[in-house]
Amino acid sequence: MALRANQLKIGDTREEIVIDNLTRTQLVMYAGASGDYNPVHTDEVFATKVAGYPTVFAHGMLSMGATARMLTNWVGDGRLTKYGVRFVAQVWPGDTLTARATVEGVRDESGERFVDLKVATTNQSGQEVISGYASARVDP
Amino acid sequence: MAIKRFPIEASHILMFARAVNDPNPIYSDAEHARKSEVGGIIAPPTFTQSSAQFDPDYFLRPKIGQPWFGSGKEPTGAVRRPSEGRGTGAAAGGLHAEQHFEYHRPLLAGDVLTAETKPGKTWEREGKRGGKLHFSESVTEYRNQRGELMVTARGVGVRTERVIEQERG
Repeated sequence: MALRANQLKIGDTREEIVIDNLTRTQLVMYAGASGDYNPVHTDEVFATKVAGYPTVFAHGMLSMGATARMLTNWVGDGRLTKYGVRFVAQVWPGDTLTARATVEGVRDESGERFVDLKVATTNQSGQEVISGYASARVDP
Repeated sequence: MAIKRFPIEASHILMFARAVNDPNPIYSDAEHARKSEVGGIIAPPTFTQSSAQFDPDYFLRPKIGQPWFGSGKEPTGAVRRPSEGRGTGAAAGGLHAEQHFEYHRPLLAGDVLTAETKPGKTWEREGKRGGKLHFSESVTEYRNQRGELMVTARGVGVRTERVIEQERG
């Protein structure tokens, strides 16, 4: 179901837990599907002994992809026109991520209506891990 | 960098959707997808990142017969060269700082894309813990089999002057 412009107000929010207790297996799944086999994400020996991290950590694109689930569940499938993020903190095994979108505006462009959203994903401590924006085509 | 053939395949979409923890049936159920507004199985919003699978030179994938820098008998199988991998947005010894997508048309299973990547801006900033941070941008245009622009992706990678600060501890 797509959103309707006349039912959206500035400040409306939607939030969803998009990752609950991130597992190392999920990192392996993301490596395999995306083709990013950087061992800092899946190879504990390399991550700790060579790269000097406390353990492996999530691909930023895994957090961005999981956050997109909240967006498409809200705006509908095939409706996103823009989506961008900054990766502001690392995501570790065991983390639980909550993705939140907030309506910043509704506008007309070439006879169609769009919603502009602020996007933020936080971990279980409330620390922001992703900060971004999205736009989507909505129904009148 | 260019990718000559990036097929958008339903089984790859299924695996990618599982990998980003998204159970939406639009990525797996052909019957559900057929009745939807988009009319078929589509790729999730960040799916174009998996075009790395179709880049013959992608440096974060082990190559048959070549040393790999991940662990085997030893913690690493190769000396990392920080100069490798520029323009991909993320790199070993570097980190992915930003990613931006513009969606022009939904990617449907069955589409066959090409991708052309161009380097973008580069800039520097002083890091909080000392040492310069080097940012570099790359812009990739994904086109379908009819030459239509489908997705524009802009990645920003960041590299520190010291390879990785934690290595010193």
